[in-house]
Amino acid sequence: MTGLLRRLAAGAGFAVAVCAGAIAFHAVLPMAAEPRVIRITAKKFEYNPQKIVLKKGVPVVLELVALDRIHGFRILGLGLRADVLPDQAVRVEFTPDKAGRFVFACDVFCGDGHEDMDGVIVVEE
Amino acid sequence: MQAQFDRRDFMKLAGYGGVVFATGLSPAYAAAAGKDFFFVQLSDTHWGFSGPPNPEAASTLKRAVAAVNTLPRQPDFIMFTGDLTHTTDDPKERRRRLAEFKEIVAGLAVKNQRFIPGEHDASLDKGEAYQEFFGRTYYAFDHAGIHFVALDNVSDPGAKLGQAQLDWLKADLAQIDKDRPIIVLTHRPLFDLQPEWDWATADGKAAIDILTPYKNVTVFYGHIHQEHHHMTGHIAHHAATSLIFPLPAPGAQPKRAPVAWDPAAPFKGLGFRSVGSGDAPGNPVIKQYPVA
Repeated sequence: MTGLLRRLAAGAGFAVAVCAGAIAFHAVLPMAAEPRVIRITAKKFEYNPQKIVLKKGVPVVLELVALDRIHGFRILGLGLRADVLPDQAVRVEFTPDKAGRFVFACDVFCGDGHEDMDGVIVVEE
Repeated sequence: MQAQFDRRDFMKLAGYGGVVFATGLSPAYAAAAGKDFFFVQLSDTHWGFSGPPNPEAASTLKRAVAAVNTLPRQPDFIMFTGDLTHTTDDPKERRRRLAEFKEIVAGLAVKNQRFIPGEHDASLDKGEAYQEFFGRTYYAFDHAGIHFVALDNVSDPGAKLGQAQLDWLKADLAQIDKDRPIIVLTHRPLFDLQPEWDWATADGKAAIDILTPYKNVTVFYGHIHQEHHHMTGHIAHHAATSLIFPLPAPGAQPKRAPVAWDPAAPFKGLGFRSVGSGDAPGNPVIKQYPVA
């Protein structure tokens, strides 16, 4: 578990579980409705996790961190974008208001392979 | 709403292997142009690329240079619209590729050559190496009564022109009569062609807004490795073929992967084009030429 996650877990009083699979990170929320936090790392030329499953109408925080250089994170279908910075967590808070598959991709040119740097958010009803 | 490009006139050039394209726009071109003229646009040469999409990558640019040199009439000037080289993380290798590219195009008979960078040339170092070889990344010049504006939407890795360049564009055009023909040269499309594939300029709309008051504006760009014609209002945007490998039509497939090399038809989908005042009254004409 990274120091950042430890701080998040300690600071918010979360029970944190990390699992392999489509969703790499789950935060089990306490009774107070803190939004779920999903950490996404970016490096040439991939995101981790590459697939994230969300529930329509449930708030979420995407916590974006770059492991090598600046990248972009853009979800055209949800109208979201952010720069992803090295060693600095960028938080994107939103509530999916429609179900579907939404591709996220790097929109900051990062080298030969930039075109393949993408992933998908699946929003379920 | 952007008008669709459905009123254009394409016709095969008999015995020429190319296509001539009369835009049907800008009747002021010939009136303003003091003479019949044309320039050649080469784009996306990606010098330094190697891979299955073009097993002849080491010879394609040289073939294009030879093909331009054998045109029966030589162009007034030659314009390269970016991705001169294929990207590399190594600054030394980037400079080596830029130097080799420059050496190869020095073989063009026409010495009046102009360049703008593509993201492969400039996005990883904000245009530092490119400028060492080719100077400014955006500029304006006049030729044959036409005002040419070369824009840089790649040195910012986020595909932005940036406020400083937009301010420069506005100031540059402030000196131009609204009827004056203007040709804009960029690497990326200024409009949202296929943003999912990075086929857009983040602040391109701001540039189009600055250009819109001018009555005779045509944009020539590269980046998408295929011909494409589109209108934003009265402004025509024409994408060029590449000299490395074709890419699929916008949104035709999930991923923007190169079109596979066809051994039965080598260099298919590659080429360059000329843009000129042509023989139609007042209409700029685009002619597409194959590499081989």
